[in-house]
Amino acid sequence: MFAIYKRELTGYFTSTLGYIFMAVFLALSGAIVWFSTFFSATTSFGNYFFIMIFFFIILIPILTMRLLSEERRTKTEQILLTAPVSLFNIIFAKFLAALTLFETTFLISLLNLIPVSRYGTVNTAEVISNFIGVSCIAMSLIAIGLFISSLTESQFIAAIGSIAVILGILLVGVFSSSITNDFVRVFVKWFSILDRFVNFRYGIFDISSIVYYISISAIFIFLTVRVYEKRRWA
Amino acid sequence: MIEIIGVTKVFGNKTAVDNLTFTVADGEIMGFLGPNGAGKSTTMNILTGYLSATSGKAIINGTDVFEDPKKAKENIGFLPEQPPLYQDMTVLEYLKFVYELRGATLPRKAHLDEICEMTGIGGVKNRVIKNLSKGYRQRVGIAQALVGDPKVLIFDEPTVGLDPNQIVEIRALIKKLGKKHTVILSTHILSEVQAVCNRILIINKGKIVADSPTGDLLKNTAGALKYRAVLATRDMKDALRLVSSVDGVVSVVPDEKSEEGMSAVILESDPSVDVRPGLFRTLASKDVPLVGLENVSLTLEDIFARLTLSGEVK
Repeated sequence: MFAIYKRELTGYFTSTLGYIFMAVFLALSGAIVWFSTFFSATTSFGNYFFIMIFFFIILIPILTMRLLSEERRTKTEQILLTAPVSLFNIIFAKFLAALTLFETTFLISLLNLIPVSRYGTVNTAEVISNFIGVSCIAMSLIAIGLFISSLTESQFIAAIGSIAVILGILLVGVFSSSITNDFVRVFVKWFSILDRFVNFRYGIFDISSIVYYISISAIFIFLTVRVYEKRRWA
Repeated sequence: MIEIIGVTKVFGNKTAVDNLTFTVADGEIMGFLGPNGAGKSTTMNILTGYLSATSGKAIINGTDVFEDPKKAKENIGFLPEQPPLYQDMTVLEYLKFVYELRGATLPRKAHLDEICEMTGIGGVKNRVIKNLSKGYRQRVGIAQALVGDPKVLIFDEPTVGLDPNQIVEIRALIKKLGKKHTVILSTHILSEVQAVCNRILIINKGKIVADSPTGDLLKNTAGALKYRAVLATRDMKDALRLVSSVDGVVSVVPDEKSEEGMSAVILESDPSVDVRPGLFRTLASKDVPLVGLENVSLTLEDIFARLTLSGEVK
């Protein structure tokens, strides 16, 4: 499993996709930090992290679009599927590789906070809980992107599909509060990936939401494994 | 040792492999033949655990591929129809990846060096795979199957895209590997089967149509040895009488394509007797010159066509 993880991670940098992801992520986060703190005359990072989530609509598909689709197109998946490694390990290694690149870049982007800290006190607890919350959202979206990548041979279709799905998920979160039927609103809010983030945004460490995000990721990794099993039995 | 027991694979409403049963013993190189779409690749994909069978069992060295895939796969080296190469890795990086992926335990450097030498890719080991020629890529594909020294090797058209010299090398390599491993070799090139394999299995429409040692298949299916003899006489009746009097000749029929002034006949002989010296002496004693004699026995190509076109089961 480690072999696949390592190959996938180095693969990001031999294919330039990794550089593109890091460059876009860091450039965007730099712009957002300027907009959400200096421009708004605040040292609270609540908005910074919240706005960043919306750029995941483009950023996460860059990470996940080719994870499985490309191997299917070039038939290199045959070497993985005929190797003495379980399906789950193959899928999970790829998931971990994408998550590793995301977290590394996200950690680097925290350098953005240093200039702001010179002009006021930064609420460390708020930053930590936001960091964890955003990481959890990214983890869930990577699992969803990975699943979409397993459905097609074309990385382009995988990218478009992931953009559409992530956009849909975030829009549900944005508009969930305007649902008038109480039951439906509570239900949608409970399931909404974005609504779950609210507590983290205000610096509250919310265990139940972390469990929720891990569950979402697990479900989509499981579904991806099922896609491969189904193809084997087809 | 490979055992396939009653394997059936159905895609939608098409039966790709139909109740296939065969075994390949240790140290055997089995040529796996069949027209396109006969179910060869499907069978190999089932053996390697890439596809699962609708019913039946595939057993590699005593381990069922479906029950304990991990252990079974450890024993298989597989070269698919399209070598599964990561284009942007160098050859050595790729082989190291396969080494780790398969969890090989042999000393890495020595093992990979040995494989590179065997497959003749030592000179390109630091080059990126996408820049290699088709022949080299194919050899990297073969090298990949040898990593971890698996007991069972399955090659799907291993010599495609190689130049004639490389083909000779790779055949020699497969022959050498066959001494210690169990090998299944799928190919369209029939001379390759004759050169490399000690057993032939032909399938058509998912069913076995022939299964025998390479030499026997030619003998059994062809039945008898066949020669075309051209005699310098206009008298066809006399020619037939003379030829049929030779010891070991089973039957004689006139060949329509006789030249002017010659009598050409097709004779079948008992495979255990060489009739040619007797034929020469008999004709010489009657002063009928023998001006042509050629072996027109069935070739592997004829047998293959006969078995797979008519669909008859031997």
